[in-house]
Amino acid sequence: MNGKEKSLVEAVNSRFGERVRTSPPRGGMVTVDIDVKAWLEVCRALRDEEIFAFEQLTDLCGVDHLGYGQSEWETGDATFEGFGRGVAGFGPGRFDWAGRPEAGDIEQRFAVVAHLLSFRHNRRLRIRCFAPEIGMPIVPSLVEIWSSANWYEREAFDLFGIVFEGHPDLRRILTDYGFTGHPFRKDFPLIGNVAVRYDSQKKRVIYEPVEIEPRVGVPRVIRQDSRYKADDVDRAADTEAERIAAAASASAEGDENG
Amino acid sequence: MAEIRNYTMNFGPQHPAAHGVLRLVLEMDGETVVRADPHIGLLHRATEKLAESKPFNQSVGYLDRLDYMSMMCNEHAYVLAIENLLGIEPPPRAQYIRTMFDEITRFSNHLLWVGSCGLDLGAMTVFLYAFREREMVMDMYEAVSGARMHAGYYRPGGVYRDLPETMSKYTETRWTKGKDLKRRNEWREGSLLDFIEAFARDVPDRIDEYETLLTDNRIWKQRTVGIGVVPPEKAIEMGFSGVMLRGSGIEWDLRKKQPYAMYDQVDFDVPVGVGGDCYDRYLVRIEEMRQSARIILQCVDWLRQNPGHVMLKNFKVIPPTREEMKDDMEALIHHFKLFTEGYCVPAGETYAAIEAPKGEFGCYLLSDGANKPFRVHFRAPGFAHLSGMNEMTRGHMLADTVAIISTLDLVFGEVDR
Repeated sequence: MNGKEKSLVEAVNSRFGERVRTSPPRGGMVTVDIDVKAWLEVCRALRDEEIFAFEQLTDLCGVDHLGYGQSEWETGDATFEGFGRGVAGFGPGRFDWAGRPEAGDIEQRFAVVAHLLSFRHNRRLRIRCFAPEIGMPIVPSLVEIWSSANWYEREAFDLFGIVFEGHPDLRRILTDYGFTGHPFRKDFPLIGNVAVRYDSQKKRVIYEPVEIEPRVGVPRVIRQDSRYKADDVDRAADTEAERIAAAASASAEGDENG
Repeated sequence: MAEIRNYTMNFGPQHPAAHGVLRLVLEMDGETVVRADPHIGLLHRATEKLAESKPFNQSVGYLDRLDYMSMMCNEHAYVLAIENLLGIEPPPRAQYIRTMFDEITRFSNHLLWVGSCGLDLGAMTVFLYAFREREMVMDMYEAVSGARMHAGYYRPGGVYRDLPETMSKYTETRWTKGKDLKRRNEWREGSLLDFIEAFARDVPDRIDEYETLLTDNRIWKQRTVGIGVVPPEKAIEMGFSGVMLRGSGIEWDLRKKQPYAMYDQVDFDVPVGVGGDCYDRYLVRIEEMRQSARIILQCVDWLRQNPGHVMLKNFKVIPPTREEMKDDMEALIHHFKLFTEGYCVPAGETYAAIEAPKGEFGCYLLSDGANKPFRVHFRAPGFAHLSGMNEMTRGHMLADTVAIISTLDLVFGEVDR
C-alpha cells in the first residue's frame, strides 16, 4: 500500500466510520464496502467532497455470490474411495432450465460493485454494496449522483435481477424482448432457456426450448496449496531472469572467444 | 390549424449507418430529434458468463470478439487483470511487443473509423484509402499470430510467441506480377519488424492523404462542425472516456496518467480537442494515428536491440514449450495440468483498465481461488458512449444522428458483449 492509497483509506474511514468497511487494496485499488442504508449518502459525499472528488462512475456491475468458493473437485485428501472425478457439481454449466436449482434466500448473495474515478486526484476507488436478500434484491439507484449509472444499472437489473430503487427507466437492456429470468445469476443454466429460429412452414421466427446438452469440460477446482502464492511466482521469475542473464553473458563470452 | 404530433421512427437494426446492430427508436418533431432510445443487445453473447465457465486462458479468444476492431487491446485488459491477481509481470520484451501492437491496433481502429465515418457522411474515397493501409495491419496480425483479426496473441505472462523473422510475400498471379508484384513485396523482404518500420515511416504521408480528402472539405465540415457537442462536465458525468473525453478538451489518457505496459518509456503527445464536436473528435483521432506511428517506431527500435524472452518461465502458469515438454517429465506434467485444468488464481478482485482506441476498456475480475473466474465484467467504452446518445442527439436533425453514431465509434461486439 503506497501513501496515496493509505491516505484514501484513512480519509474514508474517518469520514464515514461505521457505515463503511475498507479492504486492503490489491492491484492498487481500495475497496469500500458500504452499507445499503448509507449507499446514496456515502456516494454523494464521495462525489462532492474535495478530498474524494470522484467525478466519474466508470463502471458498475452486479455480482451473484451463489456458490462462491465452492469447488467441484475434491483434491485435498485422498480417501479410501480414491479421488473424485469432478463430474458432479452445481455450476451453471451442469443443469438445464427444467433442472435449475432452487437457490432460496441466501445472505449476502447479490452485490453491486462500482468503480469510481477521480480526475482531479488521478485515483480510483471500488465501492460495493450488498443487497439485503428478502425475496428481491433492492439497492438504491445512483443515477441521481452519476448519470452514467443509468445503463449500468439497467444491465445489472437485466442480468441479475437487482432492482434499483429510484431508477428513472429500469427496463431490460441486453436480453431479448420478452425474456424470462436473469441470465447471469448462478442458478441460470449456461445453455440458456429458449432458442430462436426461422420456421419455414409457419413463415416466422419461433422460440423453442434449447436442445443443447449441459456439459462441463473442465471442472471447477480450488487449490489451496502454496504454489500460486505471488511471492513464489515472483521468485521463480527472478531465478529465471538470473538464469537468462547468466546464459546471455556466457554466450557473449563464447562469442568473444570464438 | 391542424394539430401536429411527434412521431416515432425506427432506425436500424438493419441500416448501413447503424454500425452493426443498433436499433434506435427516435421520437421526431418534424426533422428534429426529440428523444433517442437506443435498443441494444442484439449481439449479446453473454461473454462474461461464458468466461465464468472455463479456465482463465480459454477466454482470451472471446476477448478478440468483443471490440472486433481493436482485438489485441481487449486481450490486453484481460491479461493485465489476471497478471494483477497472480502477481506476475511479463518480461520487458513482451511488454514492448504489447505496446507496439496496442498502437498498431489503435491505428487500425482509427483507420476503420475514419473510413466508415466518411462513408456514413458521403465521402466514399477515404474508405478505400483507409482499407488499403488496413490490409497491411491485418498482415502484421497474421504474421505474428496466424490470424488476421482474432489474434489470441496476448497471454497472462507475456505474448504467445516472438516476432517472426520473415514476412509473408505476395506470389505471382495473373493480376499481380512484374513491377506491381515487386512494389507490393518491397517492404516484405526482411523480418516483421522491418515491415512494421517501413509501414510506420510511410504512415504520416498516408494520413496526409486522408486529411486532404476531409480536413478542409466543405461538405465534411458542414456535416461535423458544431454537431454532437459534448461539454466537458457533461462528458465526465456521462462516463465518457478516450477520444470522447479528449475531444471535449479534457486531457486524460490512461497511457499517460496510469501507465501500463511500456507507455512510460515511450515518447508521445496526447491531442486534445477544443469544441467537443464531431469535427474536433475527428482531428483528435487523426492526430492519435500520427502519435501511434511515433510510438510504433520507438518500440521497433527497442525490440531490434533487445532480444529476449516474450513469456515468463513459470510452469505453474505458463505452459512449457513443445521441446521442453518432450524432453522433461516435470514439464510434461505441467503441460498436462495446465491444459486439462488450468491454473488457479488467488482469491481477490482487481480492475485493470487500458486506453483502448475507443476509450477506457476495463476488466473487473473477481476470483475465489478457482481455475475459472468467479465473475468477470468488461467495462466497454462504447456502452457508456451510447448511453449518452439521447443527450447528444436531442435537438439535432435526423441526418445528424448518423454523424453522431459515427463519432461515438461504436462496435456492437463490445457494447452488447
